Amino acid sequence: MIKHVLFLAVLFCGYTSFAQEYIPKNDGVKTATSHYTALQNATIHLSPTEVIENGTLVFKDGKIVSVGTSVNIPKNSLVIDATGKTIYPSFIDIYSTFGVKQPEKNSSNSRTPQYDASREGYYWNDHIRPDQNAIDYLDYDLKKAKALQKAGFGVVNSHIDDGIIRGTGILLALNNEGNASNRILEAQSVQYSGTSKSKTSKQAYPTSLMGALALLRQVHLDADWYAKGLSTEKDRALEALLANKNKVQIIEAGSKLNALRLDNVGDEYNTQYVIVGGGDEYEAIKDIKATQAQFIIPIDFTDAYDMEDPFLARSVELSDLRQWNQQPHNPRILAENNIEFALSTYKLKKEASFLPNLIKAIEAGLPKDKALAALTTIPAGIIGKSNTLGSLKTGAYANFLVTSGDIFDKKTTIYENWITGVKNELETAPKDVRGEYAFNLENEKYTLKISGTLEKLKAKVKTDSTTLGTKLNVNNDWLQLTFSTIDTTKQEFIRVVSNLTDSKILSGKAYFPNGKTLAFNAEKQISDTKEDSKIEDENDDDDDDDDDDDETPSKLNPFHPVTYPNLAYGFETLPKQEILLFKNVTVWTNEKEGILKHTDVLIKNGKIAKIGTNLSDRNAQTIDGTGKHLTAGIIDEHSHIATSSVNESGHNSTAEVSIEDVLNPDDINIYRNLAGGVTSIQVLHGSANPIGGRSAIIKLKWGESAKNLINPHAPKSIKFALGENVKQSNWGDAAKTRFPQTRMGVEQVYIDYFQRAKEYEVLKARGKPFRKDIEMETLVEIINKERFITCHSYVQSEINMLMKVAEQFNFNINTFTHILEGYKLADKMVEHGVGGSTFSDWWAYKYEVNDAIPYNAAIMHNNGVTVAINSDDGEMSRRLNQEAAKAVKYGDVSEEDAWKFVTLNPAKLLHISDRVGSIKVGKDADMVLWSDHPLSIYAKAEKTIIEGVTYFDINRDKQLRATISKEKNELTTLMLQAKNKGLKTKPIAKKEKAHFHCDSNF
Amino acid sequence: MTLLKYKLLGVALFFSTILLAQQTPAPKQTQAISIEGGTAHIGNGEVIDNALIIFTEGKLTFVGSALTETARQGTIINAKGKHIYPGFIAPNSTLGLVEIDAVRATEDQDEVGKMNPHIRSIIAYNTESKVVESMRINGVLMGQITPRGGRISGTSSVVQFDAWNWEDAVIKEDDGIHLNWPNPFSRGRWWLGEPATLKENKEYNNQVDELTTYFNENAVYQIGKNTSRHLPFEALNGVVTGKKTLYVHVDNEKGITDAINFKTANNIKKLVIVGGNEAHLVSNLLVKHNIPVLLQRVHSRPNNDDDDYDLPFTLANRLVKDGVLVGLENSGGMERMNTRNLPFLAGTCAAYGLDKEKALSLITLNTAKILGIDDTVGSLEVGKDATFFISEGDALDMRTNKIDKAYIQGRDVILKSHQTELYERYSNKYKDNN
Repeated sequence: MIKHVLFLAVLFCGYTSFAQEYIPKNDGVKTATSHYTALQNATIHLSPTEVIENGTLVFKDGKIVSVGTSVNIPKNSLVIDATGKTIYPSFIDIYSTFGVKQPEKNSSNSRTPQYDASREGYYWNDHIRPDQNAIDYLDYDLKKAKALQKAGFGVVNSHIDDGIIRGTGILLALNNEGNASNRILEAQSVQYSGTSKSKTSKQAYPTSLMGALALLRQVHLDADWYAKGLSTEKDRALEALLANKNKVQIIEAGSKLNALRLDNVGDEYNTQYVIVGGGDEYEAIKDIKATQAQFIIPIDFTDAYDMEDPFLARSVELSDLRQWNQQPHNPRILAENNIEFALSTYKLKKEASFLPNLIKAIEAGLPKDKALAALTTIPAGIIGKSNTLGSLKTGAYANFLVTSGDIFDKKTTIYENWITGVKNELETAPKDVRGEYAFNLENEKYTLKISGTLEKLKAKVKTDSTTLGTKLNVNNDWLQLTFSTIDTTKQEFIRVVSNLTDSKILSGKAYFPNGKTLAFNAEKQISDTKEDSKIEDENDDDDDDDDDDDETPSKLNPFHPVTYPNLAYGFETLPKQEILLFKNVTVWTNEKEGILKHTDVLIKNGKIAKIGTNLSDRNAQTIDGTGKHLTAGIIDEHSHIATSSVNESGHNSTAEVSIEDVLNPDDINIYRNLAGGVTSIQVLHGSANPIGGRSAIIKLKWGESAKNLINPHAPKSIKFALGENVKQSNWGDAAKTRFPQTRMGVEQVYIDYFQRAKEYEVLKARGKPFRKDIEMETLVEIINKERFITCHSYVQSEINMLMKVAEQFNFNINTFTHILEGYKLADKMVEHGVGGSTFSDWWAYKYEVNDAIPYNAAIMHNNGVTVAINSDDGEMSRRLNQEAAKAVKYGDVSEEDAWKFVTLNPAKLLHISDRVGSIKVGKDADMVLWSDHPLSIYAKAEKTIIEGVTYFDINRDKQLRATISKEKNELTTLMLQAKNKGLKTKPIAKKEKAHFHCDSNF
Repeated sequence: MTLLKYKLLGVALFFSTILLAQQTPAPKQTQAISIEGGTAHIGNGEVIDNALIIFTEGKLTFVGSALTETARQGTIINAKGKHIYPGFIAPNSTLGLVEIDAVRATEDQDEVGKMNPHIRSIIAYNTESKVVESMRINGVLMGQITPRGGRISGTSSVVQFDAWNWEDAVIKEDDGIHLNWPNPFSRGRWWLGEPATLKENKEYNNQVDELTTYFNENAVYQIGKNTSRHLPFEALNGVVTGKKTLYVHVDNEKGITDAINFKTANNIKKLVIVGGNEAHLVSNLLVKHNIPVLLQRVHSRPNNDDDDYDLPFTLANRLVKDGVLVGLENSGGMERMNTRNLPFLAGTCAAYGLDKEKALSLITLNTAKILGIDDTVGSLEVGKDATFFISEGDALDMRTNKIDKAYIQGRDVILKSHQTELYERYSNKYKDNN
């Protein structure tokens, strides 16, 4: 019987306001009720900017009927007195995975790479999944919902966190009492995307971030084409993508760099993404602002590192220390820059840390109204639900929080989280029993003092002479008190249970150790009934005070300034162009003038203005070059620094991918290369496939954004590769299925692709609709001599082959890079007109470099090939002057010519020699001041200048070392203090730096 | 110069018929040779301008000023304007153990097993390696051939680089045992989805204990009555008797400190730190215990973004200033072919603050002392092997490192290689075409 009653009770409270009239009922009579609920006398935050005092909120059937200070409460209203309480709109998280069953990892153990899609009738790539709908994977988790409710959330927009395009999300009310029929507020809201592959598929492409970006571009082109009815086959993924086209598009970037990358990509197909950020937006706030995107921002602020072990602490880098200090300021900085952002539980390990972190952000200066907006009106606006979510107004969902006060105050409690008019009780408002009481038991006089916060009460029972060990527990209307007997040596306790019906008297029973029970009456002492004010426990002389430091608001440490980039050796303000006059220096012109001694060089407006003797300029900063050498900046034809990916190895041709998409301006190797006199580099795709990706020709403008590193005057360029890497010789026995596996196959790959490119061009020229293919567009550029090939190469047979293939299609290979057997066919190279960019002395690491010789550069040079010496290595690139010197040692190249191997010749190969590569009036002021003969091992770069800006200065470097050390010590001290305060710290995990070269698979 | 070219051409024509054969080891020195007028860099910090060097039967018999009144013996070579250096020594090297990195069949450096003190590199050392012969052209004439892998990799031997077979090559057989010290950091297993970061290695203490136990068991084995022989312990015990050096490969401050304490606790006679990336942070301790360091590849990047960009270039200087005995080693990626750049590692140390002659010691006398072969090699001193070379200029600078002559134990070594032959052959190809 009782069971039935309980069951009914559950039904009632769950469904009263939602029971649908059309649902048949077989377990009793129809009981649908519909009444108004009114909360009155509350402080109500209608929206982030409007607050009313003594307000009333009336709602019915899950929606707000009226709200205000003079509201008529209908007669059939359940009226709740909310005096002293504060009401806020419930929070909204629009980047959630709650309530949606996430896909499981494909557990196939096959080590053979999968190149084709697993699904039939969908897009050719498994990682494009716009056809997924989160609603098909509902998996409502009551416990998790409760955790979200406690963090203040009422509604989440949830999605399948899997794949590059992830399909539609679902707008869910966190209504634990209801069921799917009333939790789902919208079934297919928003389309989600990201850059990570689907766990469900092992299809190889894309293996890299740049592949993912290229795929996003191509799939949107394919959708346009499909929409025109040009496909002969059915593709459910493209159909879904088209169907989702007009939805809001949310994309997971996860970092500032990815945010900028994805915004660029979206622009190309007219999509303004809402970007899920990384919490590091403050590091590049101007660029972030320029995206004009709305953001969803995580607040998973990092804990302080545990710095107590100095051995381990040493591996923590300045950037990590700063991150801890700066991250809480990210929301403030976004707000100050008027960037519209929503906050999310994204990246948070525990929902419970959401509010504490938010409070940290507020302590860091985020205005409270902005914080509230980021959790209510802005996310509601982003998903187009401003009318029904995010603010408390007539017609909106009755989603609101009832709190003890300012929700952004640590001491505030959220009592209730009402979602679609259903109450979710989180904490009962405890009765305030604080005060001093007196009672007698067995002729002994006792006093009881209850203090602390409502959530954490403290109690102390005393007699005249002794303080007794005391424990207090208040639960709803009951109080339990345990204290030791007066003879404390006995370890015996008196227990008291009292009902809390009267605010002045505690009355109940006392249980003695011997089993005796007595009536218990404790009267509140009048002198101490200070309403609302906290009772000071100044004479609280003992133990359990440890958790009391929340009495003093914790102060955030002062904000450490952001540098550009935001790591060691970054600039606090970007350096400016200067007018510089080098006096009495030895100038390596790389021009017919040769090496000029005792010469002056004037730099103005970023250009070389004058070369001569006795030059002067009133505005110039003069640099004494006596005994020193001035050269053009070093140019590295083959580099893999300053990039977040190197290889897209998922296909044998990946002409659609571009290093320009994934440049990483925060790479310390940029600075270290500057310190080695390098000013320009070609960042190349790796050598995983015959047709690799497009390159980025950049200048090492340390501190600038990725976009500003790119040399706008450089032509288009692409990486090809030959030999063991493209035929996967050293990839293990599992990798034996991709074509080509032999050099014979490599030739056919090229002929096939170029033939198709020609056919594609013909198709385009016909003027009829066609499927735009980025890969083919790139290859057409090559055939039309608008894009230059740098080809990774070792063995003469294949080098010869590629030249013949190119000739067959009437274009030239621009550069063979590595070209270790170039010396064997220098004559053919000259005939073809291709340059050679080689290693000085590498060999013996693979079978195909067994005939590599350090005399290669000399032989090619002697026979008329334009020769460069490159690094392919972030360490060696900072000593390229020494590598050039090896051409003097091996093969007797003249010093002047050897120097050109790392300056003018690579400039020629990159087609930028009209601006860089030599010291000539009118050229870019990209130059290096050396302490010694630049080919000597004893030479150090003292100044490295790009376009008149000194990006490296050996004296400034010295100062920076001191500054870095000082800042690290300060932050370390703060972290140690954090640990001593009892704040959470985390163990040290040193990031291993990936050092990229050709074979790096990212 | 032009004369030399003609000579080269002649030699090239000769060799073009027998290409791809390895270079034939030079015959024993049969008559005395006197080298006069060059600048002799002794290896111990001293320099003799206008020097006279005389050697017979493979040994140096005179090293001094050419102004000294001494009879020149045998062939007289005029080295005016040139520089003479003791042969460079490459410690902790896998030369001759692997020919081509990517071809598994050519790999003989890393044996299965954790505790392999009995594994001997010398018998796998390939005197016919094309990579080894390419060392000599840059003045690298000797090396310590060292196995890799495991906790105890095995036993190394020191060889010279011009020999018919490994027995001929030996300078010091089984000179030491190589131990890879446990790392206080461990790395996330990224292939299991863990972040690829370094973190505190919770197993560190156990791993150190395991070593202690191993050495304790050896001590017991040595005094006990054993019915069966324990090959690893018999090999290992040399580090206790002093017959062998214990080379501890370790980079970090904590590991180095623990290794030094381990030496004392286990009565190890001679210990050398190999790698020593953070050795400069414990140089006092190293000096106190008289522990030398074979310092990691100078041409490498700092580990940490915050480090001085030139930190690896300045480490040797810091250690030398503090009084530590330092040699340079070159292990790491593509280490074998790259070993010919050993002189330039020393050159870089000189560029970043170290005196040039002291920098030279890092790859000559210091290394010889550390390997325990300084009685016969490492410097240009009377009584030592005539293992040295003549360079046209400063051999620590690639700009001027050009070697005319090299002698190993007095033998006039052929300065040709697979690579120079290809150079000559293809240079001629184009000459013939023109």
